[in-house]
Amino acid sequence: MKKLINNPDNVIKEQLEGMQAAHPDLIKVNFEPYYITRAGGPSKGKVALISGGGSGHEPMHGGFVGHGMLHAACPGEIFTSPTPDQMHLAAKAAHGGAGVLNIVKNYTGDVMNFEMAAELAMADGIKVQNIVVDDDVAVKDSLYTAGRRGVGATVLIEKLCGAAAEQGMDLEKLSDLCRTLNQNARSMGMALTSCITPSNGSASFEIGDDEMEIGIGIHGEPGIERKKIATVDEIAEEMTVSILEDGAYTRTTKEWDFSKNEWVEKEVTDEPFKKGDNVIAFVNSMGGTPVSELYGVYRKMKEVTDKHGIKIVRNLIGPYITALEMQGCSITLMKVSDAHVKLWDAPVYTPGLKWGM
Amino acid sequence: MITKQQVLDWLRKSSDVLEENRQYLTKLDTAIGDADHGNNMYRGFNKVKSQLDDHADKDIGAILKAVAMTLISTVGGASGPLYGTFFLQAGTKMAGKAELDGDSLAVMFRAGVDGVKMRGKAQPGDKTMIDVLEPVAQAIENDIKEGKSVSDTLHHAVEVAEKGVADTIPLIAKKGRASYLGERSKDHQDPGATSSMMIIKALSESVG
Repeated sequence: MKKLINNPDNVIKEQLEGMQAAHPDLIKVNFEPYYITRAGGPSKGKVALISGGGSGHEPMHGGFVGHGMLHAACPGEIFTSPTPDQMHLAAKAAHGGAGVLNIVKNYTGDVMNFEMAAELAMADGIKVQNIVVDDDVAVKDSLYTAGRRGVGATVLIEKLCGAAAEQGMDLEKLSDLCRTLNQNARSMGMALTSCITPSNGSASFEIGDDEMEIGIGIHGEPGIERKKIATVDEIAEEMTVSILEDGAYTRTTKEWDFSKNEWVEKEVTDEPFKKGDNVIAFVNSMGGTPVSELYGVYRKMKEVTDKHGIKIVRNLIGPYITALEMQGCSITLMKVSDAHVKLWDAPVYTPGLKWGM
Repeated sequence: MITKQQVLDWLRKSSDVLEENRQYLTKLDTAIGDADHGNNMYRGFNKVKSQLDDHADKDIGAILKAVAMTLISTVGGASGPLYGTFFLQAGTKMAGKAELDGDSLAVMFRAGVDGVKMRGKAQPGDKTMIDVLEPVAQAIENDIKEGKSVSDTLHHAVEVAEKGVADTIPLIAKKGRASYLGERSKDHQDPGATSSMMIIKALSESVG
């Protein structure tokens, strides 16, 4: 293992100390337990947008705390969900009096911990909703698995919902927006190499020099299929086609019902992309792939979307939701309306994403 | 009878065995999960062990609840809320007790296991800790009903737990991160089922 670290046990703490030192104007890091809030404190009268998850995906989520995006983020251990006490305290620290929306990526641990956290915060009289992001088309069914994983769409949703929260959208409407955006988004990821968590010190899976892993998540877990490596054109085409030709997807959501005061499960179905859709295209590095190669992916991806009659109206290219040093990429396409595009263009000022101000 | 001292021994032994098997559990989780189970369980139970001396004046229910809160706030991942829920539900049922007879043991275990099933929504056969916990809860209930001693019941529970762990090997995972591997999750032993077996074994060894 070759890494820029000291003692593996102190990695999270030291990296958060570095973030705090670099961005004192934007964020405030709480260390016991870990959570990151905006330097300016809660936004009075606005919904507090919170997310969290295992560390190792930087800049997500801590790097997206700031004006126009998140109000707080809870970092867990590397690739391990944060715990309910962190999320609960983050909710209390970020709450501006208009409720809390937790954006939760669909992983068994994250979902259960955020549910417990929502229950704790509601016991304190804070209105909380959890919306789960599950956009990974590599997972085909939700009946025999824990369902689609939350991947690239999370970044786009945090940006768009963050802009809406900044404009004063209430908790119910913001929850609806978040759910809709998730339903409009689909992603696919691939890896050329594995990654190494500092505490383990060895690769999370073995992969040959001439092999690639298709349908990966963001935790160094093996993907859906192992294949011989191909050209960027072949890889980008396969990924884009699998997103565009993915059929309707149904899963059971679990959200808090404020009239019944309990969790309620509902079946929700996403419709496939169709000709004439406007999309935001997001080409993401898993950490080890250079931006130049992402442009190689973008080139072919745009050719395929053009051929399908899908119009890319905005894009994002770079390492935003990573898996440590893994080489590989993911593509996310999200269908958007004109109103969504306005939210995308709205000012954002965070360590990881800055424009318009 | 299980005394309060034996409960504290159980927790200490659990911590020790999870520390010894930290690498082993992580290796199992590397094959079909995200390579953190051993580290997470070690971190949680090591914290539990460091707090055992604070529990001297508490009843068994309160001790188990304190363990639950520690696990919920230190383990993370899916194991944190699942093991946390087990001890929370078990502790709630054992409120006020200074020792446990066979019936209490059966009630405690059933409450804990039902809590895990409710939180994680897993069923037997999904290749999770439920493949150990559910058959063990049933075996404890049956053995106590048939009049077996607590000690014999727990020895039998360990056998059932070990069989439950072995039974996860051919299964295709339907819950948790391993479920994404589909067929590729076959021929691997489930790490959560394995840590559950270790904790049950620690209980049996503490009671004797």
